[in-house]
Amino acid sequence: MGWFSTFINSSIGKKLIMALTGLLLIIFLIIHLLGNLTLFAGADAFNTYAGTLKKFEPIVRVIEVLLTIIFVLHIYNGAVLWWTNRKAKGSLYAVNARSKETNIFARTTIQTGSIIFIFLVIHLQTFWYPSNFSGGEINLYGLVTGWFAQPVYSGFYIFAMILLGFHLNHGFQSAFQTFGWNHKKYFPLIQKIGTLYAILTALLFASIPVYFLFFHGGN
Amino acid sequence: MNGNNLNLKLKIWRQPSPKAVGAFKDYSVSVSPDASILEMLDELNNDLERRSEEPVVFESDCREGICGTCGLVINGQPHGPIPKIATCQLHMRHFKDGDTIYIEPFRAKAFPVIKDLAVDRSAFDKIIQAGGYISVNTGGVPDANEIPINKNIASEAFDSAACIGCGACVAACKNGSAMLFVSAKVSQFALLPQGQSERKERVEAMVATMDEMGFGSCTNTYACEAECPKGISVRNIARLNREFLIASLSSQNVEE
Ligand code: HEM
Ligand code: SF4
Ligand code: FES
Repeated sequence: MGWFSTFINSSIGKKLIMALTGLLLIIFLIIHLLGNLTLFAGADAFNTYAGTLKKFEPIVRVIEVLLTIIFVLHIYNGAVLWWTNRKAKGSLYAVNARSKETNIFARTTIQTGSIIFIFLVIHLQTFWYPSNFSGGEINLYGLVTGWFAQPVYSGFYIFAMILLGFHLNHGFQSAFQTFGWNHKKYFPLIQKIGTLYAILTALLFASIPVYFLFFHGGN
Repeated sequence: MNGNNLNLKLKIWRQPSPKAVGAFKDYSVSVSPDASILEMLDELNNDLERRSEEPVVFESDCREGICGTCGLVINGQPHGPIPKIATCQLHMRHFKDGDTIYIEPFRAKAFPVIKDLAVDRSAFDKIIQAGGYISVNTGGVPDANEIPINKNIASEAFDSAACIGCGACVAACKNGSAMLFVSAKVSQFALLPQGQSERKERVEAMVATMDEMGFGSCTNTYACEAECPKGISVRNIARLNREFLIASLSSQNVEE
């Protein structure tokens, strides 16, 4: 596998991993979001949705393993790239002209990614772990809405979703560029779709804690 | 000296040798708005020599934006604040009387400072040596238009070939990445029939050398395109990514 490790460890190879895992995560987010939106339909709808997932547990477990691999690859590679790129730059200029050359979303992927990572850990700890390891049936709707009633929890959730939107606004088009799909005719459209996707994803994910915190009396 | 002259405060990076610690040094100059920034530095150097001080080292050659030798970072921007020109084409009329101007060398790990504002860009030469050529049979000069090339393809290859190898893309990039330069060089050959025989080996070798020389990777911030004096498009980088992926998967190169 000499050629393959050379390929995958090259700068472009690492970026292709970022783009591939990033696009897979983008698809995952859509599915995850659709499921979460059943929360608006009330306890029964959400618990039925969660129960259905339980019925397909073996498949869900496989997907979870795949997701773990995807996340680990994305986060590990993102960290490695950030570190090597920092070293490749060396020192900075006396006058910072970055805002004239680039947009904030492109410059802050490591920062937004890191917050998303912290969010991910808290998210798994508060929702995924209890729903899988609390022994016996639990009322998932009650658990979720209970957390969302806490202003600090919901506040961080909303903050993280806004930063996820930042990450996606850059990431969506960036992944296309990394795969080499930048055509004069279509790329402006890809950029617009990416921004729309980022805004919708951030807004809809964040709308859930907003709803349960402010409009649904904490339950 | 005349009444139109601009009085400027310059903060110029002085660094006696590659390993030495550099620092900004202040200079006050009075310069004609018609002078280029390099002419301003020439005048400053004349002054410095008259005072038996070390002149400021910087590079230039054609002074008309075609050779890629000049390259200063002016107020944080490679080749200065005006888009699509090289440093030698930047005139002082773009500045206001009383302005303070920071002048620094290109900064990237792969471009070490030689002295003051001059950096060592031989890493670019290594990349070109690795694959920036085509092989042709010796003998008579081939007839013009012997190989038919679609006008659109020829124009696109020409746009890529407009790269003057100045290194501003590396200097602008927060990752010190040479992807815009390498992508322009790979593209100009990949687009044309003459570049086909070495197409896959070329992109593999040039990317490998680029990584070896310590350039960073591309995070698609597109600062390079914004600062490139020739307006080389980041679509070249997309092409490079494509070329590299296809070459890696399909070249005969199994060992490495
Ligand atoms: C669901 C969550 C996430 C999604 C959908 C996502 C998506 C993406 C996408 C599509 C890209 C662009 C890839 C490219 O430039 O080709 C990207 C880049 C990046 N992501 Fe994420 N990401 C997520 C989470 C994270 C996390 C948790 C981190 C933690 C460190 C992270 C760090 C990065 C970094 C550093 C980059 C830039 C890499 C580079 O351009 O070199 N991401 N992400
Ligand atoms: S791509 Fe543009 S900035 Fe980079 S070396 Fe070529 S001409 Fe200079
Ligand atoms: S000196 Fe030749 S491009 Fe500026």
